[in-house]
Amino acid sequence: MTDQSTMAPHLRKPRTSLFSTFSRARATRPGETYGVPGQGNTTWLSVATILALIFVWWAVTATGLVKPLFVPSPQSIVQKFVDVWVNGFTGAPLWQHILISTARVFGAFLLACAIGIPLGLAMGMSPIMRGIFDPPIEIYRPVPPLAYLPLMIIWFGIGETSKVLLIFLSVFAPIALGARAGVRSAAIEQIHAAYSFGASRWQVLRHVILPSAMPEILTAMRIGIGFGWTTLVAAEMVAATKGIGYMVLSASQFLQTSTVIMGIFVIAAIAYAFDLLMRFLERRLVPWKGKM
Amino acid sequence: MALEICNASVIYPAQAGRPPVEALSNINLHVDEHDFVVALGASGCGKSTLLNLIAGFLSPSSGKIVLDGSDVAGPGADRSVVFQKHALLPWLNVRDNVAFGLKLQGKGSAADAVAARFIALLGLSGFEKSPVYALSGGMQQRVGIARALTCDPKILLMDEPLGALDALTRERAQELILKIWKDTGKTVFLITHSVEEALFMGTKLIVMSPRPGRITYRFDLPFSRRFLDGVPARQVKASREFIELREEVLRIIFADEEQVA
Ligand SMILES: Nc1ncnc2c1ncn2[C@@H]1O[C@H](COP(=O)(O)OP(=O)(O)O)[C@@H](O)[C@H]1O
Ligand SMILES: [Mg+2]
Repeated sequence: MTDQSTMAPHLRKPRTSLFSTFSRARATRPGETYGVPGQGNTTWLSVATILALIFVWWAVTATGLVKPLFVPSPQSIVQKFVDVWVNGFTGAPLWQHILISTARVFGAFLLACAIGIPLGLAMGMSPIMRGIFDPPIEIYRPVPPLAYLPLMIIWFGIGETSKVLLIFLSVFAPIALGARAGVRSAAIEQIHAAYSFGASRWQVLRHVILPSAMPEILTAMRIGIGFGWTTLVAAEMVAATKGIGYMVLSASQFLQTSTVIMGIFVIAAIAYAFDLLMRFLERRLVPWKGKM
Repeated sequence: MALEICNASVIYPAQAGRPPVEALSNINLHVDEHDFVVALGASGCGKSTLLNLIAGFLSPSSGKIVLDGSDVAGPGADRSVVFQKHALLPWLNVRDNVAFGLKLQGKGSAADAVAARFIALLGLSGFEKSPVYALSGGMQQRVGIARALTCDPKILLMDEPLGALDALTRERAQELILKIWKDTGKTVFLITHSVEEALFMGTKLIVMSPRPGRITYRFDLPFSRRFLDGVPARQVKASREFIELREEVLRIIFADEEQVA
């Protein structure tokens, strides 16, 4: 092997080709850890990707390559947002659509947390609870909400109940299963230490198992509310007069593509904002996650 | 305080294609007040199983464990355990970890004062508000020991408490534990697989060997008293008597290994 540093600069082989990153590993700079998979900052690349996508979008619409019926221009989406914000959609201002959809998703989410977290913990703690509740949850969980939407409507009517319940069901399973898995996070030494101080089973649950399960519960909540937004449009398919999902669906029936795309962006923006909030909460509530 | 282990045996049942394990066979052990009993042996010779019996996490297949006249039937606040690791609660700071036992027992009003005392005793003053996951391994173990002491147990059970520490920190921690043993007058049962640590710390040494787990040798030890009487630790460990006994115990352990292998 030749010592590279003693070679003249023009003799060094270039190593910047894409495949060289796969074929050979080189030493890291100080401050990085050698061999960590996928390490490196992605912010600039992400921003560049978004700008590029918008540019391509703008280019294909500005040159008339794609008809506005299929892909309206970026500007027209912004215009549509302002228009619906000011003039409303089917008689209701945009903020009301946003508010009612958010209320449905969050109502279902809070209900799913209130029932799913205690039930998941109970399933983790007790083989009896696990024996009873595991089959029903595992049976309905993989079924798409659209499939049981008709049942919800037959049973609970076309009011708010069936809408919230549909979203609830899609949020509930991941939250309950996350809480159940979280029970296993406590180290046996932590549990033994508490018992050797004379703790009761309830105290061990309250002071050891529940706090150790918090990271998994928070992750499950993040995943759960994601499912909630996914189900929103299905929930607002029948007999809704307000809501972002309703707006998207009815706009699509009139081929108002710009309203459809605007609604999709609104849903994405709210869901993303909530995800950021959850990540913030995670950093505040469980700063110790993965550190012991 | 007196702890009596009479003819205790533990057989873990067969599982997943593996035969049953006789982890302990006919263990007899008497521990007096102020004793510092050290259990020494290679991995898998049943040391943790013995500690779990005393702690009350495990009931013997036969025989019994008697503490101050009554049978041990489960864990209790009269026996505190210090684990090798993973036993602190990362969502609590140092002070709340130390006060954890007292809070569980509903003695919250006294907890902070008692915790402060043991935090000072273990040299953790100034770190009360630090998160435990930010501490070094040696400091984490001191938090674990402080926590175990707060509830004024009759006996302190330590399962390889220094096993995860580097050599230098480990020697410091041995000296600290001995000083605390002297200051608090506690009875201690400590597990280690380091021969030097065992000889230096204990007043009674039991050497264990595996398959089935049993006590093969017992020694009374003078070295910890010498250290507490003022002889520097390195000097104790470098004394001729210490080295001779160390070699003897090592021979015993290696002979055991060869028999098994
Ligand atoms: N829960 C268990 N189930 C089955 N076998 C076990 C269990 N715990 C320990 N053993 C076995 O019992 C023996 C003694 O284990 P242990 O007391 O942990 O030894 P040590 O602490 O001395 O390393 C080992 O052979 C181990 O594999
Ligand atoms: Mg062990």
